[in-house]
Amino acid sequence: MENKTLKKIDLIFADYTSSKYKVLEKVLEKTPDEIINEIIDSGLKGRGGAGFPTGLKWKFTKNEDNPVKYVICNADEGEPGTFKDREILERVFRKVLSGMATCGYAIGAKEGYIYLRGEYLYLVPELEKEIEYFDEFAKKLNLDFRIFLRMGSGAYICGEESALFESMEGKRGEPRNKPPYPTVSGYNQCPTVINNVETFATVQIICKIGSEEFKKLGTSDSRGSKLFSVSGDTPTPGIYELELGMPLTDFVDNYGDGDTKAVQVGGASGFCVPRKHLKDTIIGFEGIPTGGSMMIFNSSRSMYNVLHDYLEFFNEESCGQCTPCRVGCQQLLKGIESVKKGERKPQYLDELKKLASTMKIAAKCGLGQSVANPFNSIVDNFREEIIY
Amino acid sequence: MSEYLVNLKVNNIPVSVKEGTSILDAAKKLNFNIPTLCNHPDLSVAGNCRVCVVEVKGARLLAASCATPVSEGMEVSTNSEKVRTARKHVIELLLSEHNADCTKCFKNGNCELQDLASEYRVGDHVFIDLVKAKDKILDISSPSITKDDSKCIRCQRCVRTCEELQAVGALAVVKKGDHQRISTFLNKPLDEVVCTNCGQCINRCPTGSLTERTYLDEVWNAINDPSKHVVVQTAPAVRIGLGEDLGYDPGERVTGKMVAALRHIGFDSVLDTDFTADLTIMEEGTELLTRLKRALVDGEKVALPMMTSCSPGWIKFQEHMFPDLLDNLSTCKSPQQMFGALAKTYYARKKGIDPKNMVSVSIMPCTAKKFECVRPEMRDSGYQDVDYVLTTRELAMMVKQAGIDFMKLEDEKYDSIMGNSTGAAVIFGATGGVMEAALRTAYEIVTGREVPFTNLKIMPVRGFEGIKEAKIMIKGVKPEWGFLEGAELSVAIAHGLSNANELMKAVRTGKVNYHFIEVMGCPGGCLGGGGQPIPTSPDIRQKRADAIYSEDEGLPLRKSHENPEVAQIYKDFLGEPLGHKSHDLLHTHYKPRKRY
Ligand SMILES: Cc1cc2nc3c(=O)[nH]c(=O)nc-3n(C[C@H](O)[C@H](O)[C@H](O)COP(=O)(O)O)c2cc1C
Ligand code: SF4
Ligand code: SF4
Ligand code: SF4
Ligand code: SF4
Ligand code: FES
Repeated sequence: MENKTLKKIDLIFADYTSSKYKVLEKVLEKTPDEIINEIIDSGLKGRGGAGFPTGLKWKFTKNEDNPVKYVICNADEGEPGTFKDREILERVFRKVLSGMATCGYAIGAKEGYIYLRGEYLYLVPELEKEIEYFDEFAKKLNLDFRIFLRMGSGAYICGEESALFESMEGKRGEPRNKPPYPTVSGYNQCPTVINNVETFATVQIICKIGSEEFKKLGTSDSRGSKLFSVSGDTPTPGIYELELGMPLTDFVDNYGDGDTKAVQVGGASGFCVPRKHLKDTIIGFEGIPTGGSMMIFNSSRSMYNVLHDYLEFFNEESCGQCTPCRVGCQQLLKGIESVKKGERKPQYLDELKKLASTMKIAAKCGLGQSVANPFNSIVDNFREEIIY
Repeated sequence: MSEYLVNLKVNNIPVSVKEGTSILDAAKKLNFNIPTLCNHPDLSVAGNCRVCVVEVKGARLLAASCATPVSEGMEVSTNSEKVRTARKHVIELLLSEHNADCTKCFKNGNCELQDLASEYRVGDHVFIDLVKAKDKILDISSPSITKDDSKCIRCQRCVRTCEELQAVGALAVVKKGDHQRISTFLNKPLDEVVCTNCGQCINRCPTGSLTERTYLDEVWNAINDPSKHVVVQTAPAVRIGLGEDLGYDPGERVTGKMVAALRHIGFDSVLDTDFTADLTIMEEGTELLTRLKRALVDGEKVALPMMTSCSPGWIKFQEHMFPDLLDNLSTCKSPQQMFGALAKTYYARKKGIDPKNMVSVSIMPCTAKKFECVRPEMRDSGYQDVDYVLTTRELAMMVKQAGIDFMKLEDEKYDSIMGNSTGAAVIFGATGGVMEAALRTAYEIVTGREVPFTNLKIMPVRGFEGIKEAKIMIKGVKPEWGFLEGAELSVAIAHGLSNANELMKAVRTGKVNYHFIEVMGCPGGCLGGGGQPIPTSPDIRQKRADAIYSEDEGLPLRKSHENPEVAQIYKDFLGEPLGHKSHDLLHTHYKPRKRY
């Protein structure tokens, strides 16, 4: 294990040092393959949660033989406890546009879309102004790539990439079967790169500082730095850019309130790490990955309530199409309630854990597949709190 | 699909299948059955029930075998411990959400969920019963369809059916999470939305959530009432479908046994819708020739192409979706309704029965006919012309309830004077059949000769292609039809409402020019009707079609105008096709309906 300590970084929100779109202008002097190889070499993995290598995603899409391709920026930011994409859009939107344009150029797409969380409607005027400017600039550069805004409708599931495409196509936001993956058949059944807001911003940074410089940060599995949305029992809630690969203890020492009982890493769909495991938990793809959400709980919190809240959230936000998720979520919620009330024996929790494990491998999309993360990690570590 | 072969192993047995084949089909090739619920051969792949999951070596997730294409070198296990656990969980979850009162359920005995539950012996209530907590929403507003949400497993087959096969979109998924359900536009009752009552969703619903509105009790009561004379008519497609629900393989013709069973059950007159199918040809054929004459000779503006009107699901579709084309519909009632109007007039008079005491029942492959018989226009006899419509499936239930050993019955014949029919009437049950029957008669009326096709088989109008076209050159006409000499009659046929929808769009925009169009609301025509035995599939429908055409070939009379009882009714009662009496009893009109 590479021993990293907590290190604050200032790349994403760093001021623009040069004139507008200088980085993009320079990138366009390279060939698409050069760009893709640079991104592959940087080791950048998606910042939306799943952590797929960004360069590979672009390469697969580029290799598809289809005249129409799309670039989509996932700005649905629905994961509870995540609020970093909004900040990026508000403060350094240009970097996102630059990253999208880089992608469009690299894969041969002429259109890019930003799928914006419905609640972020108030951002639209500013974003549109910047997009307008981008359009003019792209024209000047002879770059055949336009960017459009699309509003989401407030459903968490529409952040899942294939549900997002369905939603953009005017259909009900239900995840699709995979394969085919978006790189082959995404928006309008055309090859599509979909990346998180932060991923595109990070692309711009890599283009600016080079992959060699970027790789100096993080670990071999988790290159670079990323934004963390820190909330819960912390004296200093907010958004922080940190190097990847730190142990969770470091994080808690810096942001906890001295009485931290557990940290929920990765939002409602992430893992709960209890105090005793903080030391041996690495934040990164080799340990626990996160889209950025870090929720800190101190000893005053009931982990039953925490889990109950999460399960209520999933019950409401499951699209409802597949059996393991739609019914499984209801059973998990009703199940812990009945154990709490003493209607079912504590051992019923083990049945429920098995059920959660089935959901993890049999549900149709990432939502249902990830319910077991909080469920099993909370039940395993805080069993007494669930029962009594 | 490409011709490229992919090699994989299922349960350690190698198999090669075409690229793009699903794991499910690859396994089937090796005779490994994987259970399914949301999958259906007529529909797009959904992959939502997850009961078909299998394990793929090296993959983190189980794969939904219906929705996952094979890939080179794949090693699939359809029965590993992981698979069995997940599958059992899925079934248990479905049942925990399901109002499983099988003994009282209409689908008891023919239910895919019940079969699975029995296969997996999910007995002890592992999970918490979620049914109690939910509202049981039962929609019995429609005269054709009953929708019981407490039996729904959300497989969305109905939604896909209504949208993909029928282009109606009456059903939709609403809300999410634990509130997700199948509903209609604005949650309105089924009888207030665009639903055409075609029943195709019923045919594909794996559970008892969607079923026909049943009138079995009403019919038994009428039979048991000594003061009532109960007449029954049987549609063309019933005789080639009924056997499937009574122990036969698809494609068995059971006409004679069905007639015998109806007598055993206690119907007082056992008559045949095929008789009025022949009559329809006389009326509709004459109507077509008249429209052509008015257009070509008198230069009048008449609505062409003329379109058939035997399929009440199609009629309601047209009223909602293409109200601007209602004049194109033939004014002929469906054979069922012609029959109803004549039963309580002509038949009653001839047989000396007071129509007041007559109960008219029809056995139909169709659920839309349950709606049709209560349309306010359908009371030309002075009474409701047809009182109750039962599906083929309901008739099978009656046969069983009556304790009849169907397979052992001796064949019997229909009663006269509305029981005789020709092969032309029988083929009404298949897509293209009305067209073929009409051409056999119209061509002969105009030229005095048989249609120029070997053994009267007009092949271009047969088969399951979504939209068929044919052209027939008319030559050597009789003097009175001189205006048709050398004309080329151009016809088209569509079955299933999404095909009809495409055809109507082309007609509306003037992209196509036909004289005559046949539309049947259901895929394959009535043989694939919403009241036919479940399951249905392209294979099953093909076998039913084969049975229909062989029934036609086996009959001595195969042209509607040769039906002696048809000749008799014109002589004794109706006068002539399109005459006054016909106009009063056999023709109708349509009304535009809103889409929302
Ligand atoms: C239920 C669910 C919700 C999701 N919501 C988001 C989201 O709000 N924003 C996001 O970027 N990715 C979200 N994702 C992940 C996306 O499906 C997709 O993996 C991501 O946008 C890819 O971008 P990346 O590779 O840059 O991370 C969600 C996934 C699931 C299963
Ligand atoms: S896992 Fe949940 S959210 Fe995903 S498709 Fe299934 S029901 Fe919908
Ligand atoms: S739908 Fe099937 S499982 Fe459900 S009650 Fe009816 S027969 Fe039983
Ligand atoms: S009966 Fe036909 S039109 Fe009505 S909901 Fe079912 S499939 Fe749709
Ligand atoms: S009504 Fe039937 S076909 Fe429709 S979703 Fe429910 S179970 Fe499936
Ligand atoms: S049959 Fe495959 S998921 Fe339903």
